[in-house]
Amino acid sequence: MPKLTVNGIEVETPPGATVLQACQMAGVEVPHFCFHERLAIAGNCRMCLVEQEKASKPVASCAMPAADGMVIHTDSDKAKKARKGVMEFLLINHPLDCPICDQGGECDLQDQAMAYGFDRGRFEENKRAVKDKELGPLVKTSMNRCIHCTRCIRFATEIAGVEEMGATGRGESMEIGTYVEKALTSELSGNLVDVCPVGALTSKPFAFVARPWEMKKIESVDALDAVGSNIRIDARGSQVLRVLPRLNEDINEEWISDKTRFAIDGLSRRRLDRPFIRKDGKLVEVSWQDALETVASMMKRIPGERMAAVAGDLVDVEAMYALKALMGSFGSGNIDCRPVGVALDPSVRAGYLFNTTIAGIEQADACLLVGTNPRYEAALVNARIRKRYLKTGFKVAAVGPKLDATFPVEQLGEGPEAIDRWTETLKAAKNPMVIIGQGALARPDGAAILARVRKLAEETGMIREDWNGFNVLHTAAAQVGGLDLGFVPGKGGRDTAAILKGCEAGEIELVYLLGADEIDTSRLGKAFVVYQGHHGDAGAKRADVILPGAAYTEKDAIYVNTEGRPQLARRAVFPPGDAREDWKILRALSDMAGKKLPFDSLPQLRKQIVEAHPVIGAVDAVTPAAWGNFGKEGPVDPAAFVYPIEDFYRTDAIGRASPTMAECAAVKAGVAPGTPMGGKTGTHG
Amino acid sequence: MAFLDRGARSLLLSELVSGLALTFRHMFRPAVTLNYPYEKGPISPRFRGEHALRRYASGEERCIACKLCEAVCPALAITIEAEPRDDGSRRTTRYDIDMTKCIYCGFCQEACPVDAIVEGPNFEFATETREELFYNKDKLLSNGDRWEAEIANNLALDAPYR
Repeated sequence: MPKLTVNGIEVETPPGATVLQACQMAGVEVPHFCFHERLAIAGNCRMCLVEQEKASKPVASCAMPAADGMVIHTDSDKAKKARKGVMEFLLINHPLDCPICDQGGECDLQDQAMAYGFDRGRFEENKRAVKDKELGPLVKTSMNRCIHCTRCIRFATEIAGVEEMGATGRGESMEIGTYVEKALTSELSGNLVDVCPVGALTSKPFAFVARPWEMKKIESVDALDAVGSNIRIDARGSQVLRVLPRLNEDINEEWISDKTRFAIDGLSRRRLDRPFIRKDGKLVEVSWQDALETVASMMKRIPGERMAAVAGDLVDVEAMYALKALMGSFGSGNIDCRPVGVALDPSVRAGYLFNTTIAGIEQADACLLVGTNPRYEAALVNARIRKRYLKTGFKVAAVGPKLDATFPVEQLGEGPEAIDRWTETLKAAKNPMVIIGQGALARPDGAAILARVRKLAEETGMIREDWNGFNVLHTAAAQVGGLDLGFVPGKGGRDTAAILKGCEAGEIELVYLLGADEIDTSRLGKAFVVYQGHHGDAGAKRADVILPGAAYTEKDAIYVNTEGRPQLARRAVFPPGDAREDWKILRALSDMAGKKLPFDSLPQLRKQIVEAHPVIGAVDAVTPAAWGNFGKEGPVDPAAFVYPIEDFYRTDAIGRASPTMAECAAVKAGVAPGTPMGGKTGTHG
Repeated sequence: MAFLDRGARSLLLSELVSGLALTFRHMFRPAVTLNYPYEKGPISPRFRGEHALRRYASGEERCIACKLCEAVCPALAITIEAEPRDDGSRRTTRYDIDMTKCIYCGFCQEACPVDAIVEGPNFEFATETREELFYNKDKLLSNGDRWEAEIANNLALDAPYR
């Protein structure tokens, strides 16, 4: 434990800390650009120079290990002069285009030049000019502004795991780029924008849209995958303009996936902003009164067992609870929150959670992936696995088709027969873990595979007092919440598959789709379909009545992530037009249908939810789940697993409505016009 | 005696005569009033009148949508929206000034890094309806085109003191 003195304050640092960290511990701010606490140390911006007693010249504090007895001065004349000099050198080639730079107002260089810089320039010569690089549809470059801190290179290589960025040339001719002009292939590329301390890498969809001071900032959580990344929503007026990550060491650290960050332009497109009723095959705008009355009269007329409800991927806990209560009051047990039919049931909570927790991955030393591609299903879980892999002694194996992972993976086989091929390695590991994905669960023999994986977990010592290595990776933000609420068929009730079968056979007359776009709507037969949701997607297309709801940025709601961690999403903007929060719609409908639900406000509703399901009350915490017997042993189909997500960018109604996501998907598929990697090359005749 | 003095003054109408003498004197002096609107007083080059958006000599609009004027405006009279133009440059798609909110403090022109928004010498822009005082980008640019000569002259005159 080295002890050193910073500006007269004595600090004790953990071994391996740097002088910069020691200064931060002493509460002294040291300006820096290239240093980033989650990236390797580069020591090339020289902004963090401090004076060390008995050293002949100023030392770069970010790269200097703290040693016992060091005496550091950060505000001595020598240190100040060194910083001023470095800043002047940085500004030699940095253009003074702050007014047209999107980083203006939240720029490290701007702030530090104000705080530590010289008040005029002495450089009379021309500044250097660098050609801008093409990094795809998400990241805009302005390479004149680059100060060569190499944070982007380190981020791409270390965190994102795609070695696509690098520097060419030296000295004045050094340039950051991708070597060959092509879009980045990472799902985390948006984080380059946050990592860049200047305006060299900025967000392309957000280009010139707004200044940071104009926007209202709301701390919320993401609902586009099951990770539940903590985000900050920047909104102006009625529009969500930007999503930024919020630090949460347990979930997303300080990164978010590109879908979380850039799919938000889908929130203002294809929206359902007023109620509709289908008349003579066409959807006609109606008032709330008419729409609710139509649904209520149908509900009153049809017996409970001939009604069904399916909840989709983006639905919040409150709405599911309200719908479950409403269907229950009609005596209908035909409810399901598993639109794609995953073989999970709420009986044993540990059987559908990511028990190890995302942060817990760092303690594991062997990981088996069963029918899951975390890179697309949960980009931040993937980043965490890569983080663990970068430390030594971690092995990953996968059961399923070949993965394009960002860490080395041993492919065991494509189908369920390969699950047991790695038992010895898992047994030998101290903290083994298994991640079972929707690719393994969303098939008819899912329950049998689940049972087999549970057995494997038990046999290989994954289930201990201090360690639970069994993990289910969900893809939908609503899934765990729905299972926690027990939004599954009641006694004698039908699940999604049976509901669809019932519709085809005419046994189900009314289907209530709560944001459910993932089911096969062509199989709904002649049933009367009520769609409550926010986007005009598959469900709304088939609907007979549309009740416009609110998206995740437009309501105060609870989402439970794949770890079983309930988190609060907050309203950033109001729902468009006549759309309303989902639980309010259901409450109003219940009143008209003569089965008034027993709550009038969100606090009342939440109180009831927490009373019935205490785990949901533990906001932001993971309640450890007790182990039990789950899954159903039976014959297993040897067919290969199919990963659930083919198109990372368009997995939900919001992503499908987003032009940015469409562009990303097109670039990825290599068909985007005008992009260097898309279209035909000269060899195509 | 004071009684006699006062009596003689009032009898001879001396106060009236001296008052009329002043009046007649002023009839032959130059007038200090102006026959507005046919005559106008001189105004300083720093006069802060009606706003205008200027262009470069090439015809390119100066405004780069940095939004500093919007940020500095104490009356929140300015509203700007921006997006990349077809050539990739940063331009406004909307530049509105609510002249009924504006307090003519001149902060916008002080904040502008490219001298795009200026308060010109025109103070005669009264309108018949309130709506006409909600200026949009077209109106501001046309103001700039109309007043460019005067504005440029005023800026040049004020330049030594900046």
